[in-house]
Amino acid sequence: MFSGRLQEQYTDSSQQSETAQLGMWVFIATEVMFFGALIFSYMIYRVAYPEQFRLAGHDSFILLGSINQALLITSSLSMVLAVRAAKADQQRALVLLLAVTAALGLAFLGVKGYEYAQDVATHSVPVVDYIFKPGEHRPTESFWSFSSTGTGRHPTHRPAGIALGLTSWCGRRRARSLPTMTRRSR
Amino acid sequence: MSAVDIGMAGAVPRSYLGEEHTLSSWLFTRDHKRIAILFFISITFFFFIGGFAAALIRLQLLNPAGTLFQPEVYNRLFTMHGIVMVWFFLIPSIPATLGNFLLPLQIGARDLAFPRLNLFSWYLFTFSGLWAIYFIFIGGNDTGWTFYEPYSSNFANGHVIAAAVAVFINGFSTIATALNFVVSTHRLRAPGMTWFRLPLFVWAIYATSIVMLLATPVLAMTLALVAIERFWGVGIFNPVLGGDPILFQHMFWFYSHPAVYIMILPAMGVVSELISCFARCPIFGYKGMCYALISIAIIGFFVWGHHMFTAGISLTSAVFFSLMSFIVAVPSAIKVFNWTATLHNSRITFDAPMLYALGFVGLFTIGGLTGLILATLSADIHLQDTYFVIAHFHFIMVGGTVSAYFGGLHYWWPKITGKRYPEMWARYAAILTFVGFNFTFLPQFILGYLGMPRRYYTYAPDLQTWNVLSSAGASILAVAYVLPLIYLTWSIFHGERAGSNPWGATGLEWRTSSPPPKQNFPRTPVVTEMPYRYDPRNGSYTTQDGVHFPEPAFGEASV
Repeated sequence: MFSGRLQEQYTDSSQQSETAQLGMWVFIATEVMFFGALIFSYMIYRVAYPEQFRLAGHDSFILLGSINQALLITSSLSMVLAVRAAKADQQRALVLLLAVTAALGLAFLGVKGYEYAQDVATHSVPVVDYIFKPGEHRPTESFWSFSSTGTGRHPTHRPAGIALGLTSWCGRRRARSLPTMTRRSR
Repeated sequence: MSAVDIGMAGAVPRSYLGEEHTLSSWLFTRDHKRIAILFFISITFFFFIGGFAAALIRLQLLNPAGTLFQPEVYNRLFTMHGIVMVWFFLIPSIPATLGNFLLPLQIGARDLAFPRLNLFSWYLFTFSGLWAIYFIFIGGNDTGWTFYEPYSSNFANGHVIAAAVAVFINGFSTIATALNFVVSTHRLRAPGMTWFRLPLFVWAIYATSIVMLLATPVLAMTLALVAIERFWGVGIFNPVLGGDPILFQHMFWFYSHPAVYIMILPAMGVVSELISCFARCPIFGYKGMCYALISIAIIGFFVWGHHMFTAGISLTSAVFFSLMSFIVAVPSAIKVFNWTATLHNSRITFDAPMLYALGFVGLFTIGGLTGLILATLSADIHLQDTYFVIAHFHFIMVGGTVSAYFGGLHYWWPKITGKRYPEMWARYAAILTFVGFNFTFLPQFILGYLGMPRRYYTYAPDLQTWNVLSSAGASILAVAYVLPLIYLTWSIFHGERAGSNPWGATGLEWRTSSPPPKQNFPRTPVVTEMPYRYDPRNGSYTTQDGVHFPEPAFGEASV
């Protein structure tokens, strides 16, 4: 993790960097609770209406979802590798990996957009344009409500992630020109 | 003042208040002490807004016919009172002000781990609070602070989404502050400050922060779902669209019951500091107190169902939640017994903070015991949604938390401002708070027992006597809350200068000047002692960095 300038509340840069990491872990714990609440409520309905959710699930595009899953996980990997490259001061690798991460992020958004277009075409947009197919009742629309609530969060925070990644890259470039910067190179 | 005080070694550093005087030096500060003051200003504002709504509620209930406000207005009043008081006063009250100010001082740190995040938290908080107030004034929200479904998504005609957004944003302020506290407690303790040398106030803030971190995100998601459901009309909690309103209650109370512990745990921490100092006696069973705090934080996550006994949950789960509610009373009782035992054979002085603390113990005990009545399944069927519940939780939140907050505010006032408050006025205010509080809320137990439901704008005429008593008490309480606002403000300008340790207390926060310098301590203190090393035989004490003082410094007037 980048430590940046040593702030006054820390004794040394290793304390600062370990504290930052702990902070990030704690934040991730809160994210688990945040999205856990959404996934949990989805699960409740999944258990309550198994047949309806199965029917509704047939209309989703499993291949597109799987591709996106793969893109997401790979972009996580490239981001982690970028962090490692930053620690090892490998500037070229860092730039390349950040670019790969951003590209994967954009690819994700493209696939997502295509998937949503397909949902519109099959009238699977809850409230706005939803047509019940034979055998489907209310809960299938709930399935799609959860689907759009859950997946809708991705396209909103992905661009932010891409922007942050680019910012940290720019920040890193600037940091190189500052001699006072505390750099960790473990 | 002794020359060995850390704060006085070498040149006297400028205090955090005197560093800079510009507005931007406050609005862009990263000093935890200044941010605490910013929070203090914000929550005081919200406290009086919420209190104003409460005063109007009590005015309406003076008369059984409910002639003062239309029912729709009344609904908005109690919703405003609830939302403002819970999220914009009680939850941040002690942690964001006293916690922010004192946690780094008590662990011997120079600041919190993430000062910018701390400031960001204040901006989020104040923005969400003003946002909420704005929507209250342009029409308000009538769902009650609980946002119960499907009313809130289908039938309510107020600014439900705006209120939910306010609470959502406020939640991330809570999370940011809690994250800062947890990480700082883990990583920034001074040398020698082991976990079992931490003052109980730090333990309490730590336990509270854990609850905040794990519970608040769930509320954020729940309210996000409510807003999504109301805005787009999708079916999540609305039964007409295939949703389940009971699921909303589960998710809401999964946060909102632990939120009660978010409010009371810091108060317990404050009271432990006060009782030990003003009884000149080490806290009885220090480790037991630490474990009790953590136990309450953990068990508090498994009692939420007791809000739903009459909502149609299964008997099995009702019995489980009832049992867990009884179990969570055990660590709470341990704390009450330990405070009482601390007072035994001690040297009690009845300064204002101690009066508040003793008031807390009594009121919290009544609030806790009536909680057991409500946790009993059969009794709850009768008492659910009556004024008995209102009285019960006000004993915890107002009698408990607000008393402790005022106690703590008085106790640390000399440290925060460098000035002493007028002791006699403060004692009046403390006593008036206790009297006014009981006057207001004891009658409500009887009203609830007699069957008066909560949230109604009228009531049966034979209940008027108790309601008039309650409203009269509320006016006393109002005076008791306005008094400190006046004399504490006065003391900033005209109060006597306080020494570094006016109470002769043992914590590290008293080992630096009052008010402390920006860096807190010129040298990082080294901790060698347990907290609360008071000697009740002669009033002497040993501070946590190992300096022994033969006499308590009561009455010490100047540096």
